[in-house]
Amino acid sequence: MTNSTTTDNGLSRVNNVSAVNQANTTVILDTGCANLSSVRFAFERLQANVIVSADHQVIKSAARVVLPGVGTAGAAMDALVSRDLVTIINSLTQPVMGVCLGMQMLAEKSNEHGGRTDSDIECLGLIPTQINDLDSQGLPLPHMGWNQISVSDHPLFDGIEDGSYVYFVHSFKAPISEYTIATSQYGESFSAAIGKDNFFGVQFHPEKSAAIGSKILQNFLNMGSQA
Amino acid sequence: MLAKRLVPCLDVRDGQVVKGVQFRNHEIIGDIEPLAARYALEGADELVFYDITASAHDRVIDKSWVSRVAAQIDIPFCVAGGIKTIEQARQMLAYGADKISINSPALSDPSLISRLQDEFGRQCIVIGIDSFYDAESDSYKVKQFTGDEAATKDTQWFTQDWVEEVQKRGCGEIVLNVMNQDGVRGGYDIKQLSIVRAICDVPLIASGGAGTMAHFKEVFEQANVDAALAASVFHKGIIDINELKKYLANENIAIRL
Repeated sequence: MTNSTTTDNGLSRVNNVSAVNQANTTVILDTGCANLSSVRFAFERLQANVIVSADHQVIKSAARVVLPGVGTAGAAMDALVSRDLVTIINSLTQPVMGVCLGMQMLAEKSNEHGGRTDSDIECLGLIPTQINDLDSQGLPLPHMGWNQISVSDHPLFDGIEDGSYVYFVHSFKAPISEYTIATSQYGESFSAAIGKDNFFGVQFHPEKSAAIGSKILQNFLNMGSQA
Repeated sequence: MLAKRLVPCLDVRDGQVVKGVQFRNHEIIGDIEPLAARYALEGADELVFYDITASAHDRVIDKSWVSRVAAQIDIPFCVAGGIKTIEQARQMLAYGADKISINSPALSDPSLISRLQDEFGRQCIVIGIDSFYDAESDSYKVKQFTGDEAATKDTQWFTQDWVEEVQKRGCGEIVLNVMNQDGVRGGYDIKQLSIVRAICDVPLIASGGAGTMAHFKEVFEQANVDAALAASVFHKGIIDINELKKYLANENIAIRL
């Protein structure tokens, strides 16, 4: 059942929905952003059955979906629109995890204009919060490096202790809100992770966060399984 | 609290890790992937790979090892050397590098920094600066093409001016390599790093001179840098990364253990 998903160029062969379901597939949305392979490698290290795809049928039938992202909010939203991914993401009922900018795109808006416009960037609107500048209170920006998180009882953080270090690189943040599922502090306190229903995201890079990151990714793999 | 980062630097030439003294007389240390994996396991916070031949020789280098490193290690890493175009940068990031570091090409064409930032965001754009204390003028100056002694040349830039310039143009981090200190293990240049720290609003990585564990404590406490890069002390087993982290934590420096 898994041989249909083991080749890099095998996307056309995984359109069989039942085959994909049986394979307990994790789909990384192919947003065209530059760091897709880091996320894929991290899941492969966990022996996950992972596919990078923008194919609607493949995405719909995934057990869980990852929304990666680096760059700016405007460019990233443009990529989702041009690949016709917005409607399909909104329709997903399985666990969906955004990573870094991918997390920010789950919010309603971002004020990361990237020099292209003066107005806020409309994001996916799946988690009712708004992305704005991280107030580092004079510390160097971007917030770059290993920082500690305090976690909630969200299943993504099963077995993760408060004070664990994960790797961050960002200059914008989701403020603390009722949708915060983990926090960190750099100057101000901010959301290290946010979530609502089946949509959640992490501001840090679990794929680059050594053993703690692997544990978080494994927790994600434990979600959405039929078993 | 944000941890201070310890960053082993692997100077790469012809697909192998090398190390010279004051940028000369390179000796082979070992293969890239096992060294990278070993450092990740020992607690390195990040790795930098400098392809030190690339800029000086002006040739295309096979960098598929970047992808093999990315598949294997679960900490961030930066690739430097010979990246002159948006497309070369895109390939490094696609291979799985988290950051790209630009040195000589940025001096030849400073607009490269802003073009890279526009394309990929400043978080992955690192500027490497080879700074030299010029005793004659009692000032810090920037050198170019330091990967090859014969090609190395002075530039018009005073170090402080170049630090300001690269920030204006949108870099996300600066590695300041103090050439007088490189490979001689006499300690980081605290004075110069403090001067640069005062005008550096992005993360600053100290490079050049680490010889003892106390040198790391000094550079974090006195120059307030975000990260300390070192090569020979790690490659030659003079300092064990894990022991260094315990020592620094014991000295009340924020460290990821």
